[in-house]
Parts: sequence; C-alpha cells; structure tokens
Amino acid sequence: MPINYYIFLAVTLFCIGVAGVLTRRNAIIIFMCVELMLNAVNLLLVAFSKMQFHALGATRPQAGIDAQIFVFFIMVVAAAEVSVGLAVIVMMYRNTHSIDVNFLNRLKH
Amino acid sequence: MTQLVWLIPVLPLVGFLLTGLFRNYLSKTLTSVIGCGTILVAFVLSVLIFGEVRQEGAQPVTVTLFDFISVGKLSIPFAFLVDQLSVLFLLIITGVGFLIHLYSTSYMHEEDGPQFARYFAYLNLFVFSMLLLVLGSNFVILFIGWEGVGLCSYLLIGYWFKNLDFGNAAKKAFIMNRIGDLGFLIAIFLMINKFGSVDFSEVFSKAPGTTVGYLTAITMLLFVGATGKSAQIPLYTWLPDAMAGPTPVSALIHAATMVTAGIYMIARSHVLYDLTPATQTVVAVIGLATALLAASIALKQNDIKKVLAYSTVSQLGYMFLGLGVGAYTGAVFHVMTHAFFKALLFLGAGSVIHAMGGEQDMRKMGGLGKKLKITNITFLLGCIAIAGIPPFSGFFSKDEILSAAYGKSPVYYAVGVFTALLTAFYMFRLYASTFLGTFRGTHDQEHHLHESPPAMTIPLIVLAILAVFAGFLGIPEVVAPNAHILGHYLAPVLGEGASGPEVAHGTEWGLMGVSVVLAFIGSIWAWVRFSRKPELGEPTGFGKVLANKWYVDEFYNAIIVRPLDMLAQFLVFFDKNVIDGIVNGVGRLVQYGSRQLRLIQSGQVGGYVLLMVVGIIVLFLVELFIKK
Repeated sequence: MPINYYIFLAVTLFCIGVAGVLTRRNAIIIFMCVELMLNAVNLLLVAFSKMQFHALGATRPQAGIDAQIFVFFIMVVAAAEVSVGLAVIVMMYRNTHSIDVNFLNRLKH
Repeated sequence: MTQLVWLIPVLPLVGFLLTGLFRNYLSKTLTSVIGCGTILVAFVLSVLIFGEVRQEGAQPVTVTLFDFISVGKLSIPFAFLVDQLSVLFLLIITGVGFLIHLYSTSYMHEEDGPQFARYFAYLNLFVFSMLLLVLGSNFVILFIGWEGVGLCSYLLIGYWFKNLDFGNAAKKAFIMNRIGDLGFLIAIFLMINKFGSVDFSEVFSKAPGTTVGYLTAITMLLFVGATGKSAQIPLYTWLPDAMAGPTPVSALIHAATMVTAGIYMIARSHVLYDLTPATQTVVAVIGLATALLAASIALKQNDIKKVLAYSTVSQLGYMFLGLGVGAYTGAVFHVMTHAFFKALLFLGAGSVIHAMGGEQDMRKMGGLGKKLKITNITFLLGCIAIAGIPPFSGFFSKDEILSAAYGKSPVYYAVGVFTALLTAFYMFRLYASTFLGTFRGTHDQEHHLHESPPAMTIPLIVLAILAVFAGFLGIPEVVAPNAHILGHYLAPVLGEGASGPEVAHGTEWGLMGVSVVLAFIGSIWAWVRFSRKPELGEPTGFGKVLANKWYVDEFYNAIIVRPLDMLAQFLVFFDKNVIDGIVNGVGRLVQYGSRQLRLIQSGQVGGYVLLMVVGIIVLFLVELFIKK
C-alpha cells in the first residue's frame, strides 16, 4: 500500500481530534479527542518506520526501529496521562457535579 | 611683593566665606570688622604693589597660580597680570570699596544680624570678582570676574527681595547683562579659533597679522559685552532700575567700579581697537549718544538716585567716547575721577535718604543744607566736580576726552560739550532742590532730620578730598608740560599717543574756555532757578517725554518683551496641546488597546485552544509559503 493512504488517514484522524477538542464541551470527549490525535501521530510513526525498513532493510536490519520505540513511549506516556486526566475529571465532577469545561473559567474572576 | 598679588583677591573671598557661612553666629560688629578689614588689608597690599609698579621701567609681571584649562593645544592658566593699568584699578576698587564698606556698617545698621552679614558677604564677593576681573592675565579669567560681578550685582539689587519690584529690577539687570555677556563669550571663541590663545599678550602680538574684518567682529562683540556691563545704548535700561539696591551698593557697583569694567576691558584690549577704526567709530558714536540721551533724561527725574543713575550712564558714555577717539588715558582718568565723585554723590544721597527716613523724592526735600552740614558741603563739592568746573577733578578728565574728541571730529565735541552743559544743569538742579530753599516734607520728617554718624561722614570727607584734588594727576599738556602724571604712569600699558588726537594749543585753550563757560552757565542757571522755585508739578510737553525716559522701556516692551511673551504663550499652548497631546495620546492608545486585548482573555479553554490551533496553522502556512 502506498504511504499516502496512511498519511491521509492519520491527517484525517488528527483533524477529527482537533475539531473535537475545539467544539466539544464534555471533558471526557475532549479527552478522547486528545487520544485520537496522539494515535494519529502513532500511526504515522509506525507507517514511516515500516517504509524506511522496506527501503533500507536489506543493508541495515535496524532501520526504522527507533520510530517504533517512540510509539511505545507515547503509548506509555498516554496511558499515564489518561490515568491522571481521568483522576482530574473525577475530582472535577465531585466538586462541580459537571464535566463541562466551559463551566471551569473561574480562574478568570 | 608682586608675587603676593594673589592675596588681594583672596582676602575678600575669605571675608565672603566667613560672613556668609557664619552669618547666624557673628555679631554685627564682628561682621563689620571682617567685611571692612579684609578690604582694608587688600588696599594696603595694593598700595605696596603700586609702590613697585610706579617705578620707572617696571615691567608687567604675570603671576601664574595654576593650570586652569588645558585642552589639546589650548592652555589657559589661572594667572594674574600686574601692570600699571591693573594696579590703578586695584587701588580704585579696594580704596573706594573700603570707604563704602565702612559707610555701609552704619547705613545698613538697622538690618538684623544675619541679613547684615548677608549684605557684607555679597559685598565682599563682589570685590573679589571685581579684583579677579582686573587682575586676570587672559580673557577667560577676566570673563570669570565679569560674570561674578554680574551675579553680585543681581544679588545686591535684589537684596530686599521681598519687594517684588526690587526683585524684578534685579532680574532685569541680570538678563540685560547676559545679553552682553553672550557677545563677550563669542568674542572669546573667535579669539581661540584664530589665535589659539586668550592670553592678553599673545592675542595682542598676533592681532596685527589678522584680517581687519575678523578683528572688527571680535572688537564689536567685545563692545557688545561692554554695552551690557557698562550700561550703554541699547542695553543701558537696567542701570537706573538697579537703584533698587541699598544706596552704598549703587555707589560701589553701579557707579564706581562694576560699570567701569567695560571701559577697563576696552582699554586693556586697545591694541585690537587701534587696528579696527570702524569699531572705534561705533564705540564713539554709541558713547556720545548714550551720554546725551541719559543726560536729557536726568533733567526731569525726581528720584534723587535716579538722577545720579542717569548721570552715571551719561558719564560712562563720555568714557566710551574717549575710548572711541583713542583717548585711552583720558577714559581711564575719567573712570578714576568719576569713581571718586560719583561714589561721593551716591553716598551723599544715601546720607540724605538716611536723614529723610527712606524718602527719595526730591520734591519732598529742600533746605537740608542747614541740618546736614557735612553732607551738604561734600555733596556740593561732588556736584562741582562732575559739572566740570576747574580746578576740580571732573574738569580735567572730561576736558581731556573732549579735546581728543575735537581732534577726531568737531561734531563729537559739540555734542559732548552740550551734554556737559546738561550735566552741570541737572546736577545743580539736584543740589538746589535737595539742599537749598525750604523744607517741603512732613513735620515728622523735619523733626527727624539729622547729620549722619561719623562712619558715614568720614567716607564722604575722604571722597570729597579725592574728588577735588584727583584732577591734578592729569594736568593737560597746554597748562603745564609733562605734568600729566597719570598719562606718564599708564604709558607702558596704553602706549604713547594714548591721549588721542593732538589739538593745537591755542584751540585747546579755546575748547577749555567754552566748556568751562558752559559748565558755569548750566550750574548757575539751575542754582538760581531751582533754589527759589523747585519743580513740583507734573511735567508737560517735551518734559513729559524726558520724565518718561523717552519711553525707551515701553519701546523695548513693545518690540522685545511682548513678542517674546507671545512666543512664550504660543509655546505653552504648543506644549500643552501638541506635546502633551502626543504623550497622553500614546498613553490612551495603550489603554484602549489593552482594553480590547482583555476581551480575548475570556477564561474559556476552548477559546485558548482555538487561538493556539490558529496560531500553529499560521506558522505552518508561513513556513510553507513565505520562507523559502
């Protein structure tokens, strides 16, 4: 499969994520959209890694492996972030009985 | 002895510091002793130095104290020049200065301690500056003294600064002097530019090799300085107003010494003036015009000090006439005799004012001769001296200038001798309406009339003796050959031929005769007319123009002061509206802008994220399309 398809898919996923972050007010959904953007990037990294391996694998078996390690890093960090983020959302719900981010502009006042 | 010349100016400086700094602690007696003592010691030192300088073949001595300004090739030492001319001025300044200090101890006695000490501090500072002026061996030191005397003049005119008019008179004197000083300063710059030095001897030795045009510029600018300090047209109007100061100050600063600084400066740089006939003509014409104008104004003044002030302006005009026709000796001679008789007249007027309890209007005096005997006699002697009646001092000095003026042009002589007639007339008008006739003041004043204490009468007597006999120092050639002691004494500095153009002996006798006859006519006419029927009413017709000083002050107000005021008002308007408008506008713009920017800070997380995304997209686009 040509690399273009992967790129188009990743960009589409990323844009959906951005649009979701911008338009939605529910904290959980925003959270999911952020995950979507992260995974779009992961997908792109894996695709480029594979492409590089196809191009250079004959001479260098290690080619493109660092991108895959990067993806694992991102997944681990994302998992940690999800746990922290969910904890924040839970605390937020406990305090305000709402998970609407627009409700949280009190720092302004 | 000559090496100790620096002590002469330093002593009054010490006096100034002591009386000035400790004015709250010194008693009046101690202040008087310090104030007079320092000047007296300076006078004694001057006499000792005079003893050395007057000997035949005495060379000018330059005493260098320290390096004052040293920049690149230009080097200006702080040095004093001791020669015949400067020592003569030293004697006049310290001698007359001491008498006036002595007089002041009594005249100012009603002031309380600190004010009394402030007065003496200023007076000592003045003497210091004046000594610096005449001792300086280059134009810069002279200029320092020049500025110093201007400052002291300002401080002393405004001595009673609580009176607004007096304060304004002080400001007027200072500003008028500043205008002249600017000319002087530019002249110094021109000298540095051309000669690379401001030292008298160096400038004078290099001057003959310079173009006449350049020298004319320098001499004209120096003369502008002199018109300010020595009260000549067009900058003379400050001097009559300067009478706001205490009377001894008027005697010392505004008659005897400071106002002669311009004459000293021109006599000192006579080498330059000899090379520029155009400037000489200007000096003579301005001097003559001033003499005539001031004498005409003096005819109709009623304030005793104002008459003397205009008389001073007029006499200074004579001195400039002398300088302009090349009679440098005559001018310096007239400085000396004028210092004596004008100081005498002012101090006499002070004695009268003292007796009258502060009254200065002659219309309220009259008949004071019976009560103030010493003042009366000494004042009369002063009047005769200034009127130019032989053998009193004024006759000799004035006649020397007039005969030199005749040698240059008979027109100068005619105007000069007419002014002499006016001088005799207004001086005897002053004398007759003050001392003769009957008393016209209030009963209280009449009761209060008394002769002044000895501290005031002794200076009067000493000055009267000098005013009578000083003329014999300069007996003209036609009367007795080689009897002009002063001319002989000054010859090493002013050069041979410093007596101006020669006149045939027969003519000179004739000229003398004319001026003596006119002086007698003026004196007797005024004496007879005003001793019986003094002028009391308001002047009319032409007299009113004279009484209002030819409306010169009004004219200056109209052409200089008012346009300047208008310019100032315009600038205030410009400043308040345009400059402040720009500054306030910037402030308001920032305030307005920040108020708009605040709206973005909404606290909505979505908004921030949107801005962030937009920003990133813009950056991408810039990266993609613009930056190649």
